[in-house]
Amino acid sequence: MSTVEEPVSARPPTAGEYAANGAFRWSCYGFGALVVVLLAYIVLEIFRLGWPAMQERGLAFVVGTVWDPNRNEFGILPEIWGTLYSSLLGILIGSVLGVAVAIFLAEGFVAAGVFWVLSRFGLQYTRLWSHFPEQVETFVKTLIQLLAAIPSVVYGLWGIFVVIPAIRPMCNWIHEGLSGIPFFSTALSGPGILPAAIVLAIMVLPIITSISYEALVAVPPKIREASFGLGATRWETILGVLLPTAAPGIFGAILLAFGRALGETMALAMLVGNSNTLSLSLFSPANTIAALLANNFGEAGDREVSLLMYAALVLLIITLVVNILGSLVLQKLVVKEGKR
Amino acid sequence: MSDIHNPDAHISAGHPKSSPDQIRAGHPKSGPANGDVIIDCNLHELYYGQFKAVRDTHIPIRKNKITAFIGPSGCGKSTVLRCLNRMNDLVRGFRFDGHVHFQGRNIYDRSIDPVAVRRHIGMVFQQPNPFNMSIYNNVAFGLRLNGYKGSIAERVEQALRRAALWDEVKDKLKQNGLSLSGGQQQRLCIARAVATEPKVLLMDEPCSALDPIATRRIEELMTELKQRFTIAIVTHNLQQAQRVADETGFLYVDTTQGGRTGYLVEYGSSQQIFQDPREEPTKQYIRGEFS
Ligand SMILES: Nc1ncnc2c1ncn2[C@@H]1O[C@H](COP(=O)(O)OP(=O)(O)OP(=O)(O)O)[C@@H](O)[C@H]1O
Ligand SMILES: [Mg+2]
Repeated sequence: MSTVEEPVSARPPTAGEYAANGAFRWSCYGFGALVVVLLAYIVLEIFRLGWPAMQERGLAFVVGTVWDPNRNEFGILPEIWGTLYSSLLGILIGSVLGVAVAIFLAEGFVAAGVFWVLSRFGLQYTRLWSHFPEQVETFVKTLIQLLAAIPSVVYGLWGIFVVIPAIRPMCNWIHEGLSGIPFFSTALSGPGILPAAIVLAIMVLPIITSISYEALVAVPPKIREASFGLGATRWETILGVLLPTAAPGIFGAILLAFGRALGETMALAMLVGNSNTLSLSLFSPANTIAALLANNFGEAGDREVSLLMYAALVLLIITLVVNILGSLVLQKLVVKEGKR
Repeated sequence: MSDIHNPDAHISAGHPKSSPDQIRAGHPKSGPANGDVIIDCNLHELYYGQFKAVRDTHIPIRKNKITAFIGPSGCGKSTVLRCLNRMNDLVRGFRFDGHVHFQGRNIYDRSIDPVAVRRHIGMVFQQPNPFNMSIYNNVAFGLRLNGYKGSIAERVEQALRRAALWDEVKDKLKQNGLSLSGGQQQRLCIARAVATEPKVLLMDEPCSALDPIATRRIEELMTELKQRFTIAIVTHNLQQAQRVADETGFLYVDTTQGGRTGYLVEYGSSQQIFQDPREEPTKQYIRGEFS
């Protein structure tokens, strides 16, 4: 305990400290502003370069279905369709898979399983093995994170050489049996919407899984207990209590993944078929805006660059709209939770 | 039903489960329960992993009576209570030696589904834990689980009235349960637990978040409910135990064997425990010499 005689150790901040504080604050403002400026600059530049094409083509570019430089006809409706179709399908598959994996991890099934195996040998509390269940669980989590580190060109190759051959027989079998249904109206001859969506689903898996996992483990354990205490089974607890409670986080994860899927370029350019087709069929080749850009900018002259920038702007707007709509839904979910 | 099957609970691993009806029917001859003992809890040694949390605790809980568990913090009151409806199965590394008979049947028997047990033996937890859903749905949750055929709205109202919460929430049943105050949340949890009319209600310090008035209401509720249910309650409030409990068990921590192992010191009618305790730790605890 300090006594009265002790020298007073409190003093006001020095001029130097004030200066450092101010410098720190202003540099934070500066970097923050830089991000905004950068974004604005990119959008502006795209807009500027795309402007001639926008003036020349107007909305016909967005609703046109032909991309034929020889006939001077340019339309990106099939690409818009392909972008939305492949991302939505990929997100659908990826969400189901990703949330399931997140549940699997958050519920500790992995650790519990390892613990059970260890307990068969009576090793579960020994020095060496007692942390093993958690270690295995962390390892599995890391593996899923590692999916995000695979370059998308590798995903593309994997899709071409593994996914397509693997699903082709089944797809064609479905097509033969059910060709009356629009979704199966064409045969899968190689690249197409479905293989693209499957690979997209795996690419967005780490995003969906890790964020959903965080949302699920953030659900207070006492809520779980409440549900079990009422005599709910594990699945009733997961579906009735845990998922609804974690819904905002899971939805946020899906939204983020959707943004990623919309803009994914390389893997899709390799897998979607780059064909200007507008079809409901899951097995039909298609094209996406990002793939269109990647495939055409190489030999593009001034005029094509302007067209491609116009297409890029359309992609930007789609992403923006998806994000705004998503944020609105998210806000609603969160408000509902916090409302007094 | 068997989904809850928990690989860690050695007691329940991988065996066909019985339906709730089988438990309800009971097998009077298969266990030691006699007369009006509805739960016969006999824990010889109880472990969380390597940690021996409780030993030598034998508590017979009588039908239509209120049984209180008292004792210092960390002595294992919650642990014992959670054994009675297999909530501890959720803890990895939980195991125990002994048995818990409910209506004459060992609820830790391999043929028994813990989910079914919990539908008959409900629980109110130490901390309020309403679901992130409307007040109405919170109370209706258990009813829906049980596939209740009657009017859910009626039962919800009845449960909320019993928990002394109806007047405060009747105009905002659609609001989120989390929007209530802490004490209201706890009463909501009580309503949720009584809505399904379990045979036994386990209450872990149900009043620790409540003001004296609400506490009195809950105590009245307990006395009213014991006509229909059996209640086991953990409390730090000795006056409360004296006021409401018919029987009281005193648990204490044994530190002599290196660990901190809880055990039952004394068990008897509340009158005897509070007026004429036999064991020295009980006397000291009731005199308030330690807590
Ligand atoms: N899930 C668990 N895993 C490991 N140890 C636990 C667990 N739950 C309780 N314990 C331990 O068991 C002992 C008894 O805990 P318990 O919660 O039953 O005490 P309590 O009598 O209810 O205390 P309080 O009055 O403070 O609530 C404590 O030493 C505690 O650390
Ligand atoms: Mg406790």
